[in-house]
Amino acid sequence: MKENLYNYILGIADNSLILGQRMGELCGHGPSLETDIACTNISLDLFGQVRSYFQYAAKIAGDGRNEDDIAMLRKEREYKNVLLVEQPNTNFAYSIGRQFLFDVYHLAFLAEQQKSADLTLSAIANKCIKEVSYHERFSSDWVRRLGDGTEESNKKMQEAINDLWAYTDELFHQTEADKAMVVEGLGVDVTKLKDEFYKSVSDLLEEANLQTPESKWFQKGGKEGIHTEHLGFLLSDLQYMQRTYPNMEW
Amino acid sequence: MSEEQIKNLEKQFEERILRDEKIEPKDWMPEKYRQTHIRQMSQHAHSEVVGMLPEGNWITRAPSLRRKVALLAKIQDEAGHGLYLYSACETLGVSRNELYDQLHSGKAKYSSIFNYPTVTWADMGAIGWLVDGAAIINQVPLCNTSYGPYARAMIRVCKEESFHQRQGYEIMMKLANGTPEQKELAQDALNRWWWPSLMMLGPTDAESVHTEQSMKWKLKRKSNDDLRQQFIDQTVPQAELIGLTIPDPDLKWNEENKSYDFGDINWDEFWQVVKGHGPCNKERMKARVGAWEEGEWVRDAAMAYAEKKQERKQKQAV
Repeated sequence: MKENLYNYILGIADNSLILGQRMGELCGHGPSLETDIACTNISLDLFGQVRSYFQYAAKIAGDGRNEDDIAMLRKEREYKNVLLVEQPNTNFAYSIGRQFLFDVYHLAFLAEQQKSADLTLSAIANKCIKEVSYHERFSSDWVRRLGDGTEESNKKMQEAINDLWAYTDELFHQTEADKAMVVEGLGVDVTKLKDEFYKSVSDLLEEANLQTPESKWFQKGGKEGIHTEHLGFLLSDLQYMQRTYPNMEW
Repeated sequence: MSEEQIKNLEKQFEERILRDEKIEPKDWMPEKYRQTHIRQMSQHAHSEVVGMLPEGNWITRAPSLRRKVALLAKIQDEAGHGLYLYSACETLGVSRNELYDQLHSGKAKYSSIFNYPTVTWADMGAIGWLVDGAAIINQVPLCNTSYGPYARAMIRVCKEESFHQRQGYEIMMKLANGTPEQKELAQDALNRWWWPSLMMLGPTDAESVHTEQSMKWKLKRKSNDDLRQQFIDQTVPQAELIGLTIPDPDLKWNEENKSYDFGDINWDEFWQVVKGHGPCNKERMKARVGAWEEGEWVRDAAMAYAEKKQERKQKQAV
């Protein structure tokens, strides 16, 4: 099995999987019907992406596991998503802040991934980028509205950005698999996306009447499978049916 | 306007409906027609929106990615139905906020079936198959109702509901053909959802207060009891096909009527749930009111931002 490629795909897919799960939690509880539909739609897009990635990963693994086994039957330490995406829906500002920070990164990532020498990965990126440009437009519009809305919304949005900021740097860390894939011309060199990311984010924050946090203290570990305490709870929902009723078809 | 003029308008109005002409938002209409439509359409919209909650429970726990995606898409459709039905209500001069107030204060009703809990994954199958199945039976005739915006909304709603119904049946079929444990899940869900689904088609004709007037305006084309019979006759063979048993010992084919006879419906339970004392009435309202109240600062921010943006635009223009 091409282990590096497999792990590289898991890194990308797990971000969409965990964020999709978080956005799915909001269904029926949004501040308006329109935002409810939009958040569910983002979740739906992300799970669609997840299916493409895990179907490909299953093919590479070639050990009889299918997309669902890979998505739902790993242990907590085997999930490779960044810490940012597993952060909870504390309030709408946190959900939007998390989405926005991830979208800016995700869009830049997919633009590079489209150039991959791996035709499956570049095709998936090509499909996803259309969806993700919409996500980025939605989340940045909401950062503007909340940042430049009322005093209360500005305070809440600022607080969310401040708290989530610690999880941004990890987006640009490379695992061993990531490095190997860059060398082979299949993977994206995320370190090169960093400057542009911080520039776009602070431009938007400034426009939204928000401060770019100055803190240089960051959290990391998700890409190595060391997560925040939130992930375990999320996984117990995600895995519930597969664990309770093993080896069945649905 | 004199009484005679009003009578004259009413006569013309009823004649238009008899000729199967559509009534449009700007047309003259009797006040009662307007009120009845607001009541029925908003009740329908509320049902779509409250109905998102019992199914939304299972998004994070769906057993496979394929099922998760389908469930998300289905619930999104429901939110969409809510949106166009609220918009259709707005054409009659009532705002969405007023309608929400009526829902949150308990003044407006929504379909009682959503006050039952979704306790296992099989309930996603049962809801699609039975609840959406019963909804279609109720709603297909409304595609020809007299009020234009409602009729047009229903055409789209029914197309999507029919897809949901097939999807729900497919979930049940998979379970029924699966392991003994899966089959048990399916049978248990059918046992719990069967009677509430029959109740969903409304009280018996003898107790139904709105039927006659609604028939005249084509808001209703068949009586509740006829619709219920149609639902039973359509659903029993579907259950048999996948090897599930309808939980009604009195159910049997009546050769003479060419339809099924069925047991007594527990109308006490129906009225208990309608009056707010079902298993989840309080939770559902708490979730809706909670989402609305917690979302207030978000909606306020959006309004404030839109106003600021407008001001800036005007300043630039000067």
